[in-house]
Amino acid sequence: MSYLEYAVKTAPTGVRKILYLNWPIAILLASISGVGFLMLYSVAGGSFSPWAEPQMKRFAVGFVLMISVAMVPIWFWRSLAGIAYLVTLALLVAVEFFGVVGMGAQRWIDLGFMRLQPSELMKITLVMFLAAYYDWLPAKRTSHPFWVLLPVIVILIPTALVLRQPDLGTSILLLAAGGGLMFLAGVHWAYFAAVLASAIGLVTTVFKSRGTEWQLIKDYQFRRIDTFLDPSTDPLGAGYHITQSKIALGSGGWTGRGFMQGTQTRLNFLPEKHTDFIFTTLAEEFGFLGSMSLLGLYALIIVFCIWSALINKDRFSSLLILGIALNFFLFFAVNMSMVMGLAPVVGVPLPLVSFGGSAMLVLMLAFGLMQSAHVHRLR
Amino acid sequence: MKKTRAETDFSHRRISRRAALLGGAQLLFIGGLAARMRFLQVEQADQFRLLAEENRINVRLIPPSRGEVFDRNGVRLAQNAPSYRIVIVREDAGDTDAVLERLSRIIPLDPEDIARTKEELRRSPSFLPITIAEDVRWQDISRVSVNAPALPGVTPEVGLSRVYPQGSDFAHVLGYVGPVSDYDLQKIEDPEPVLRIPRFQIGKVGVETKLEPLLRGKAGAKRVEVNAAGRVMRELDRREGIPGSDVQLTIDAKLQGYVQARLDQESASAVVLDCDTGDVVACASAPTFDPNLFVRGISVKDYNTLTNNKYRPLASKTVQGLYPPGSTFKMITAMAALEAGLIGPDETVYCPGHLTVSGRRFHCWKRGGHGWVDLQTSLKRSCDVYYYDLAIKVGIEKVSEMAKRFGLGVKHDVPMSAVAQGLAPNMAWKQQTYGQSWRVGDTVNVSIGQGFMLASPMQLAVMTARLATGRAVEPRLIKSIDGVEQPERGGESLGMNENNLRKMRRAMDVTVNDRRGTAYGSRIIDEGMRMAGKTGTSQVRNITAAERRAGVIRNEDLPWERRDHALFVNFAPIDRPKYAISVVVEHGGGGSKAAAPIARDITLQALYGGEPPLEAYPTKDRERIEEQQERLRGVQPQASFVGRDQA
Repeated sequence: MSYLEYAVKTAPTGVRKILYLNWPIAILLASISGVGFLMLYSVAGGSFSPWAEPQMKRFAVGFVLMISVAMVPIWFWRSLAGIAYLVTLALLVAVEFFGVVGMGAQRWIDLGFMRLQPSELMKITLVMFLAAYYDWLPAKRTSHPFWVLLPVIVILIPTALVLRQPDLGTSILLLAAGGGLMFLAGVHWAYFAAVLASAIGLVTTVFKSRGTEWQLIKDYQFRRIDTFLDPSTDPLGAGYHITQSKIALGSGGWTGRGFMQGTQTRLNFLPEKHTDFIFTTLAEEFGFLGSMSLLGLYALIIVFCIWSALINKDRFSSLLILGIALNFFLFFAVNMSMVMGLAPVVGVPLPLVSFGGSAMLVLMLAFGLMQSAHVHRLR
Repeated sequence: MKKTRAETDFSHRRISRRAALLGGAQLLFIGGLAARMRFLQVEQADQFRLLAEENRINVRLIPPSRGEVFDRNGVRLAQNAPSYRIVIVREDAGDTDAVLERLSRIIPLDPEDIARTKEELRRSPSFLPITIAEDVRWQDISRVSVNAPALPGVTPEVGLSRVYPQGSDFAHVLGYVGPVSDYDLQKIEDPEPVLRIPRFQIGKVGVETKLEPLLRGKAGAKRVEVNAAGRVMRELDRREGIPGSDVQLTIDAKLQGYVQARLDQESASAVVLDCDTGDVVACASAPTFDPNLFVRGISVKDYNTLTNNKYRPLASKTVQGLYPPGSTFKMITAMAALEAGLIGPDETVYCPGHLTVSGRRFHCWKRGGHGWVDLQTSLKRSCDVYYYDLAIKVGIEKVSEMAKRFGLGVKHDVPMSAVAQGLAPNMAWKQQTYGQSWRVGDTVNVSIGQGFMLASPMQLAVMTARLATGRAVEPRLIKSIDGVEQPERGGESLGMNENNLRKMRRAMDVTVNDRRGTAYGSRIIDEGMRMAGKTGTSQVRNITAAERRAGVIRNEDLPWERRDHALFVNFAPIDRPKYAISVVVEHGGGGSKAAAPIARDITLQALYGGEPPLEAYPTKDRERIEEQQERLRGVQPQASFVGRDQA
């Protein structure tokens, strides 16, 4: 696809582009963030500080960022894919050396006005790079072993760096998003089957190694897995989060206790109630109806993204949109599974709702790219 | 890579297919989540509601009380004292500014504290208690209690905090505790929950940190009923924690206080070991600081004053400070030669004031030389050339090995911070460290404790104790834990020829008690308590040939940082050694002038168990000593209770 072809199939120009944005998605993003503001206001005991107000400011900045990114033609962003990936990789290496130590892990670079988490950025640039790669690669070669190995390396390098930080949650997301993109690009089934089989093999080996001399992971890591499998064994220790989280969710009932009426979250039974466990507050205060509504909003974003990808004839654009949607899905799916006790506590925030600057801005940047692909699609 | 239209369509179709697949899977998963939500929130809602009601019962940790530390006679060195603080809860206070305003009229509040409290109140959720002031006096607490109706949301709280009644005397041995920092947490794999209690104190330096697991104890827990606002309504039951173990040190607080006072503001350190048990009876590093300042976080100004002081008060010089041992090392060189059978009974060496080794001239400290000297005379008058000669004959490997047998270059197991290993160099070490082969000049330097040789005052005291007893004495700092006596560390025999050891002791005896000995000025008159010792003066700079020609500059004329270190090691009484002592005065000049008098005073103080009679001193010193005793009696250990009244 040459630039010429883009130009011939006229895309909207100038300010008129704003009309061609995927407005349903923009509105959905704003609504989800709005839910976030409400919840942050509630967990702070009915106060805009310390969480809701900065979060609103960040969303405003993020929304402007999204529209600005969307105004720039998608082929410009595509040409940046390689550089963006390498720069993010360099930043990841930089946190190893200059990273600010926060919450027991090295994840941040302090830019002065904000703390940048390169691992967040990597989720987007990895998708961009892989989309550009498969756009460039002739379709026939997609499943050739050599052309499969390349993206695998491209995925594994940042994953390993993030794992070293250590941030297990984000590295799993990176791996899943990268793998998902390869799947979307049409890499042969057999590769995925093989990876799945060996993963199962590895997990079995790790468990078999327990208690033997060549034990592969540390004792306390085993204990965490135990508690995940049966939280009741350690209700005041490590299983505490999961048990308390389930109690908070369950006590919400059909309609919840009402706004600002949640007892579980406000009584500090849960840690990190403004970040990873914020969903429990929503579920407790607004009940099944409230949590279903949020889940519905998330599902709609996925549906609109897939629709936008399907009507887009440019391979880079559709892969990019699908990749971003997949990332977004993994985000909330892992977080919700975690608070519902379906996955171990790995520390993944709820997108747009959890308090956090880096994640919010990076997500809005991603949707900016998605919007750009949508606006400048081949018609 | 240009693609054909057909190819593009093909790939687009495939993307669409897979997108539909993956999209379907995603929606399916969302469906699964919804089903799970329904299960939790609708089907099991009643059950969880019940659990939530029970959740009104909250489990809270009770921090254990930290073990106390005593000296060998039961004097309290570290204890826990109640400390009062005032906290405010925003949602109970309502208009916090007005409440703070009223509070500041009732009790004195630092404007800085008020500003910090306001900032924290703004940033934190409304139900969290915010500390307004810490370490509040009891009378202020009562004022707050009396005025409680006017101060909604303000409550006094009591906690335990570490206090060091002996103040600065034990700053380096005991160290101090401080609130757990993020940095501390990060170092611990899987930290105990009790460490996450805000302002929980853990050992940061010294015995406090080395014995942390013993001193900390186990946290208890209490179940409390809270109301919907999170306020504690009543306590249901509690399981007390297990308090930390009480620890008794081998140090004698009285002697330690004396040593610290005697070292005064010099940059110096001294160690007193009990030769029989290895007990560290005193271990002082000067200048010192008040550990109580660190307990609740030291102010930046105070901290900078401490770190900018060129005498390094924070350094624990007894175990951390490494110095060339200088002439105090000569006993090791001599022992290596004696054990190797290289010194005949009447063997003498001629000292012309220097010795030329492979073209380089090594000087004796006495330019004119000592003439013919034997072993005893050489030690007594500290002749360098004699030891140059010995070391060349015996070789560095034997000297280095002998140093290690006497505890130099070996890390002793003392529960203090930053215990240094020192260095007893040999050929392999130099090859490994510098990639250069050992030269005979290096041996010459080591023979008089210069060059690569490095030892801490603790190691020098161990060396002296071993010389005095012939046993492998190891320092013991912990006398008992929870009343259980710890094994003594007098050690097994070093397996050295008793005759050789006796020769060394005799040589050290005459060094102090012979009219021509270098430490004669610091002898003890009291017959039963006489000491044997060795002076040392270690250079911290090289004296160039040009400088030597122009006449060596006197120490007093040099800037402080370039003056020689003064050292002295001794044991006493000579017949039945009880104490082994080392004193190092950084840049103090000559060992006989700067270090030996201090060592004598400490020795007498230790042997008499208090202030010695003036008769123990030589007649001409008595007047000066009397004055000094008068002055030191006035120096009391400053028990520091800054900003606190005993309740």
